[in-house]
Amino acid sequence: MQTLKHDLVVIGGGPAGLAAAIAAKEAGCDDVLLIERDRRLGGILNQCIHDGFGLHRFGKALTGPEYAQHFIDRLDALAIQRMLGTIVLSMEGGHVLHISSKTGFRRISAGAVILGMGCRERTAGAICLPGTRPAGIYTAGAAQTFINLQNIMIGKRIVILGSGDIGLIMARRLTLEGAEVEAVFEILPYASGLPRNIQQCLNDYGIPLYLSTSVIDIHGKERVTGVTVAEIGPDRRPVPGTERHVACDTLLLSVGLIPENELTRGADILIESRTSGAYVDDAFMTSRPGVFSCGNVLHVHDLVDYVSEEAETVGRNTAAFLKGDMRPAESHIDIKPGNGVGYVLPQRVGGEKDFVLSLRVSEPFRNRAVLVREGKRKVKRKKMVRLHPAEMIRMNVKVDKIQDAMSLEVSVE
Amino acid sequence: MSDHYDVLIIGAGVVGNAIARELSRYRLKIAVVEREQDVGMGSSSRNSGVLHSGINYKPGTLRAMLDVQGNSLMEGLCRELKVKIDYIGKLTIAQDKDDIKTLQRLKEQGEANGVPGLEILNADQMRKKQPDVGGIAALWSPTSGIICPYGLTIALAENAFMNGVRFFLGHEVTSIQRKEEGFLVNTGNGHRFTTTILINAAGLFSDRVCRMLGINEYRIYPCRGEYLILDKRLKGSLSVLVYPAPKENMPGLGIHLTNTVDGNILIGPSNEYIDDHDDCASTSNIMALLRKEGHELLPMLSTSDFIRSFSGLRAKQTSPEEKGYKDFVIESRKDVPGFINLVGIESPGLTCAPAIGLMIKDMVAERIALEEKKSFISERPGRLGMFSELPAEERADLASQDPDYGEIVCRCEQVTKREILEAIQNPLGCKTIAGIRYRARATMGRCQGGFCLPRIVEILEKDFGYRLEDFILNRPESRLFTGRAR
Repeated sequence: MQTLKHDLVVIGGGPAGLAAAIAAKEAGCDDVLLIERDRRLGGILNQCIHDGFGLHRFGKALTGPEYAQHFIDRLDALAIQRMLGTIVLSMEGGHVLHISSKTGFRRISAGAVILGMGCRERTAGAICLPGTRPAGIYTAGAAQTFINLQNIMIGKRIVILGSGDIGLIMARRLTLEGAEVEAVFEILPYASGLPRNIQQCLNDYGIPLYLSTSVIDIHGKERVTGVTVAEIGPDRRPVPGTERHVACDTLLLSVGLIPENELTRGADILIESRTSGAYVDDAFMTSRPGVFSCGNVLHVHDLVDYVSEEAETVGRNTAAFLKGDMRPAESHIDIKPGNGVGYVLPQRVGGEKDFVLSLRVSEPFRNRAVLVREGKRKVKRKKMVRLHPAEMIRMNVKVDKIQDAMSLEVSVE
Repeated sequence: MSDHYDVLIIGAGVVGNAIARELSRYRLKIAVVEREQDVGMGSSSRNSGVLHSGINYKPGTLRAMLDVQGNSLMEGLCRELKVKIDYIGKLTIAQDKDDIKTLQRLKEQGEANGVPGLEILNADQMRKKQPDVGGIAALWSPTSGIICPYGLTIALAENAFMNGVRFFLGHEVTSIQRKEEGFLVNTGNGHRFTTTILINAAGLFSDRVCRMLGINEYRIYPCRGEYLILDKRLKGSLSVLVYPAPKENMPGLGIHLTNTVDGNILIGPSNEYIDDHDDCASTSNIMALLRKEGHELLPMLSTSDFIRSFSGLRAKQTSPEEKGYKDFVIESRKDVPGFINLVGIESPGLTCAPAIGLMIKDMVAERIALEEKKSFISERPGRLGMFSELPAEERADLASQDPDYGEIVCRCEQVTKREILEAIQNPLGCKTIAGIRYRARATMGRCQGGFCLPRIVEILEKDFGYRLEDFILNRPESRLFTGRAR
């Protein structure tokens, strides 16, 4: 079998991989190879034909394909090598990749690897949804593929479970395509999607959102005929007497995303249970030296703009690593989530450079502060009016504030 | 004009197909009629996929005899048919002294049935087979194993088909008339068959078939077993089968973990009598119970490891009040000459299937002189298991010759385009999405088709001319799509 050699291999041609490959090349890494399993670049952005991408980065609302095209154009201009329709089957020791494509099997030995595989959707099975298993149960993203890329309608009368952003976007999309969207049901007492999507995709179309309510049964032996929904109490169990039947032919699920880290696990790279992504330091390097992770495979982001930004940092870091400019830190400072914080990234820092903390709160708060502290000593405090699990919070931390720290805790005050 | 057959089998489950395959060795005109759009859509694909050793059945019963015989036949059969099988062995675990008595009783019973290699293990010996398992002793049965139940059912049918058996999918039997010589069988779609010998292998509906012939003494009580399927990440955490020692009057063998030949682990099955012969729903209470049991039995289990639930129905002859088991009914009816009747083939029907095939062959031979065909082909062509399971060298070699082996369509299960094409072009002519799933494993992984279903739909549309209304999950009205986007 043929073995190829490359300085840097980027796995995934979605927003993370594109931005990382470009940044690495711009930072002086000449031999970059981008591998994408689909037949085109852009990843999930290709099916996101709605606008709202790039507000932070480009100051305008682009569609997904438009946003991706900015990066693809740059990739072309930099003449970065790419392999499309190519899947990485395994990652031996993190640096030897076994790939498969129409041209057969090959092996690639890489000086460094950037993981940018994105995430997949949580399914009915993953949330242990009861009921029958007829046709008409789709994850929101799969429905989006069918409608936007294959011109196929998946149903006429829709119930959406989960208020994740893709579900909200699809509520609007299906309505525009003439389907009746009965309601969105969310098991939590608050919405999982961004407030702007609640407004623009549900409120503007008169689609009701029921919080603390979930689907507790699916009916139909061939195609879905309806669902039973019920209010969910604080004990996370259905409240007796609140059950009602909602007739529909389709159940759309928007119940969360899971980073696709099977390759990562296969290479024995440490995974953190809170993010389901790799455990990384402030350079976004995983537990395997020379293997970096960014984008939704590291942690699920709210906005693609931040994916690009994070991936660019990772691209530059990787180029520095390959040049030998990144020396291993002498000691590490562990960063742990505290009260009110769902997860925080990176999980450890070298304490030699300023860094950006990314975190999500575990429940909504108002008029609180996010506090970074070492023991009792306050390192940084950020006051916020609105803290919501749907929105990622980012904080810059100056290195001079954490001199001699052993560990940091990030919490909601 | 109706088609005339020497033998007509009702039901294309594992039992019906095993009979068909066994009879296809002889010069007979054989048909199998099946209500569903594919073979094996009932209990045959909805079970633990366990090959039972035969310790659990009373000596002298059909269940005991056919199980031990079927277990020993299965290895050779699976080799011929290229079906995945693994005799991994089973520990039946005792938690207390009463359970140890049960183990001794099971060992004696198993030995009386002719089960080889049974041993009572102490706790240390037991933990050598499966570390971390709780309990004080265990009965080790080395001939217990695992098998792909739908893989076997499909392979039996495909091999029978190769040897001339005709399969009529989507043909539900609605009435049967006795003729002077044989039977007239009507199916819902207006097809009429005449046959000399009629075999009832209708599983959950075997009592209904009996009633169509005026035989009213049997009744099937569907008893549902629910399962959860776990991510392949946990493969390797279980090396043998582990069952609790059975208690009195249990309708099943208890909730346990089962590894599958494909690398997933199953939790289940539950036991619940229901009225509907066709209700394979999962229920919230039992799902919660299975999750709880799962976390107890597998401490490293995380909530994201559940990938799907399913349930199957046992064709029990004992009512909810009676509990327990009745032996299989396998009879050549004297009062209805030419009618071979199989009722209540529940667990261990999968293990028994090859032996049932032989037993029915003998019953047929009593009525028709059987003449072996020289042209009989016992081997099914193709590959054992998935392409991704082949050695790396062999895969690389194949992929260099055929680009469709290089293209992965289902990334979770690493199913290649070639395997999807093979599944689409299956010999039985099954056209459903579930048919592709059961043959190629596409959509069976952790994303449950989120990524690969759109690609499979594209292949079917572009290369096989499927129209939107042709996309069905499993049954005629289980349409995937409702039209074009505007």
